[in-house]
Amino acid sequence: MTDNIENTSPSDAQEKIGVYVCHCGTNIAGVVDVVQVANWAAQSLKHRGVVIAREYKFMCSSPGQDLIEKDIKELGLNRVIVAACSPHLHEKTFRTACANAGLNPYLCEMVSIREQVSWVHTDKVAATEKAKAAISGGVERVRHHVPLQPIIVPINPATLIVGGGIAGIQSALEIADAGFHVYLVEREPSIGGHMAQFDKTFPTLDCSACILTPKMNSVGTHPNITLLTWSEVEKVDGYVGNFSVTVRKKARKVDEELCTGCGICQEKCPKKVIDNVFEAGLGYRKAIYTPSPQSVPNRPVIDVPNCTYYEKGTCKACDIFCAPKAIRFDQEDQILTLNVGNIILATGYELFDARRIPNYGYGRLPNVFTSLEIERLTNAAGPTNGNVVMRDGKTTPKTVGIIHCVGSRDKNYNNYCSVICCMQSLKFAHLVHERTGAQVYNFYIDIRAAFKDYDEFYQRVLDEGTMFVRGKVAEVTDVPRNENERGKLIIQVEDTLVGKQRRIPVDMVILSAGLEPRKDSKEVAKTFGISCSVNGWFIEKHPKLDPIATMTEGIFIAGCAQGPKDIPASVAQGAAAAARVLGRIEQKEMALEPVRASVIEEKCSGCRICNGLCPFNAITFHEDRMVTEINPALCQGCGTCVAACPAGAITGTGFSNDQIMAQIEGLLMMNIEPEAVTA
Amino acid sequence: MSDYILYPGCSMEASARAYYDSLKAISKPLGLNLREIEDWNCCGATEYLSVSKTPAYALIARNLALASNQANETHSVVAPCSACYLNLAKADYYMREQPKLGKTVNEALAAGNLHYVPGSLDIRHLLDVIVYDIGLDSVEKKVVQPLTGLRVVPYLGCMVPRPDYDHHWSDHEFPVELDFLLKVLGADVVDYPLKTECCGGHMPQISPSTAFEMLRRLISTADERDGDVMVTICPMCQLNIDGYQGEMNQFFGTNYHMPILFFTQLMGLAFGIEPKELGFGLELVSARNVLDTLGVKAPPETPPAPPRRPRKPEGLPMPTPLTKPQIEALKKEVVK
Repeated sequence: MTDNIENTSPSDAQEKIGVYVCHCGTNIAGVVDVVQVANWAAQSLKHRGVVIAREYKFMCSSPGQDLIEKDIKELGLNRVIVAACSPHLHEKTFRTACANAGLNPYLCEMVSIREQVSWVHTDKVAATEKAKAAISGGVERVRHHVPLQPIIVPINPATLIVGGGIAGIQSALEIADAGFHVYLVEREPSIGGHMAQFDKTFPTLDCSACILTPKMNSVGTHPNITLLTWSEVEKVDGYVGNFSVTVRKKARKVDEELCTGCGICQEKCPKKVIDNVFEAGLGYRKAIYTPSPQSVPNRPVIDVPNCTYYEKGTCKACDIFCAPKAIRFDQEDQILTLNVGNIILATGYELFDARRIPNYGYGRLPNVFTSLEIERLTNAAGPTNGNVVMRDGKTTPKTVGIIHCVGSRDKNYNNYCSVICCMQSLKFAHLVHERTGAQVYNFYIDIRAAFKDYDEFYQRVLDEGTMFVRGKVAEVTDVPRNENERGKLIIQVEDTLVGKQRRIPVDMVILSAGLEPRKDSKEVAKTFGISCSVNGWFIEKHPKLDPIATMTEGIFIAGCAQGPKDIPASVAQGAAAAARVLGRIEQKEMALEPVRASVIEEKCSGCRICNGLCPFNAITFHEDRMVTEINPALCQGCGTCVAACPAGAITGTGFSNDQIMAQIEGLLMMNIEPEAVTA
Repeated sequence: MSDYILYPGCSMEASARAYYDSLKAISKPLGLNLREIEDWNCCGATEYLSVSKTPAYALIARNLALASNQANETHSVVAPCSACYLNLAKADYYMREQPKLGKTVNEALAAGNLHYVPGSLDIRHLLDVIVYDIGLDSVEKKVVQPLTGLRVVPYLGCMVPRPDYDHHWSDHEFPVELDFLLKVLGADVVDYPLKTECCGGHMPQISPSTAFEMLRRLISTADERDGDVMVTICPMCQLNIDGYQGEMNQFFGTNYHMPILFFTQLMGLAFGIEPKELGFGLELVSARNVLDTLGVKAPPETPPAPPRRPRKPEGLPMPTPLTKPQIEALKKEVVK
């Protein structure tokens, strides 16, 4: 790591400041009189070091940048102010321009007169005065800037992927195929995620298992992938390029090396347990189990709370029949430490708990099913071998109602659209009709069948004779009002196309439940030092231009953990995250912004107020010396600790007290007269 | 002792006297200290707000203003009647949400030297207070005569859980507080999906056939699910199901006998209080079967009133309809 502060103070050299005011088309010029601002800067700020002030239609364009570069070379500018948009957008552009002309890029300062002035004001005179004040503040601040050098950190080529659903699998294979090592950590005994539970995938009706299991097997056998199933990440230390991750490998109670995956233990185990995870509560598994016959790795785990041996001390049926003697009742959890350079989080989603809407009757009325239950019911490898039957296990339904948007687009539960439910409901309509010949009703708010071949599938389902009723279902009830309704489930709905209340009796109701973030997504986000939205989805760096990275360097997100999405989108995002990681690995090292907080040890009283505040876990406390230290590679320069330190012992590079105070001074030099503003 | 300001409302003194009597009887064992608002007035029931908004809100707010004058240690106003509860909560909420309305209403109140600061009182329904303040555990401890073997149908009506301005209930569509309370009393609680359906309100006066259909749905479902008695928290619901059950039976040619009681009456029974103190016998559809099931000695039943003489017909006389043989005979005549 290089020293990032060169020893220059503002008083050493005479500042030569250039001020560049951008029109941004009419974005700024429509409200701020930019010509006047530029003239004012050239005249009135001369005594404060401004040697040139220019305005231009688009400063970020090549000719705009050339203006700055030319002035640096010809006039010998040593500080640059660009009054334009937010630094978020173009700080990099203008710093690069300065660097091209031989000026240290950190001697360039952006003043936002678009987001903070022209976009938020309509009074042109006042806005122009405010723009001048902002520039005045920027000029005072930039005089205190010092040349900085970026921090260079090496990148460990190994990658950690958390979550073995389709997004995580895709990322793992992309990186492993490129020749780099991957650790894939999965909480459940097998990878595959939700996709492994499905029978068919929309809109092509591909067999889900047929397209997924080859990928699962590739992960299982890939020489570059270390697969850690039945494991969870407990702690993440370090920073981009050099993370140190603590993983708890839960005790399988089975020796994975010796076990051959023959399955005799599952056959002989006498304890049947309702499988609430893989079979969505609709089927059974044994106390020693793999979620499905296609599990990867094909090694069972013992469900300790349900195992007779742990309860009563006897049984051991699995142990008796195991030929290679792989059962290990005394096996304990293992703690592993992994060193990786980058992390991809693909932790997936959870289904909305439909019991939260009691008027739909799930959990109360037997023949109300959730979407995940229907996935298992239609699955040839599911509890009914793919027969769509009612809760009694034998009756075939004659009429089926599918309710869309259960728990989604509803301000009582989740405001957002869960994206997949429309297409999933259309898929169910097709499958149920195909298997049972039943009349199917879909109750929808809007049909959202965007993307390739989706609307064609909708047309196909319409042609099959599926009924579509537009309206949000009020309730599902078993209380009949006439003889036609007796013994049925009645769906009460306002048909908004007809403008009438309807009561439709059906045998079976399918609730297309929405997607929700994992229950523990907030804790997971904290462990990895990233942020969650109010709902609990992980927040991407930019909603449009960077939906893969996070605000924490080296941590990427993919799949439903970022927000609801279908399989193709999850795969695309998984692959994109892998591409970003591969780019990092290929560079072998990366430059980090030198905007960092640092502790002045002489001033630190060891009060530890800052210790718990850092969102990036960059602060460590040295018990021996009773002082706090900030890891510069982990620090993202957010400034929380700087503001919190009661002793003023923490200073932010680029945001020192001198710089902030000077900027405020500069702002206050512009005494905006109220009369001048209203005139 | 938990202190509350009580807003009884008009019906508690008339049609729902059983509710008031039983509430008074159980408040001692529950440790409820209810102080009635002095000089309270009618809440306007369900109609006034749709007739004229400002005077209607002022009428309600007068009670709130009086209550806030009486508020010392407690700021909780408890209303046992659903319509009263809803109106008080509504006035408080909209005076808070719409400062202009709050100002107008207070201008009206000023004529009587009254003032109400919106949000200064906590408006609660009696069931909410019993379940969440007193707690099901405390209620369970008082039970000396569990309602074992009694199949009760919990029926809340539409006004208490909706729109639930301050989130007092577990759910708007399917609140389960009453179910849990009745379970604690030892009763066999029927799964009753119509628990928040409307009883018809004042519909019997407006369109009797509509009201009878609404009542039929409620009563027939309770009957089909083998309920012995319906239990409600609302005087309006009690009045409709109890008072119009006979006419409803006549209208549809059915023969339902579904008594309906207030939840406080069953609480009283479970606490071992005499049925007479709890207002038993005031209902029109006799709830004697409840007492019989529990083996409680019942007060002597008042003999049924003699049937009312049918009203004199006001219109013109109708020709009697033809009988089948008469029609056949007429046909034959035509053929000839």
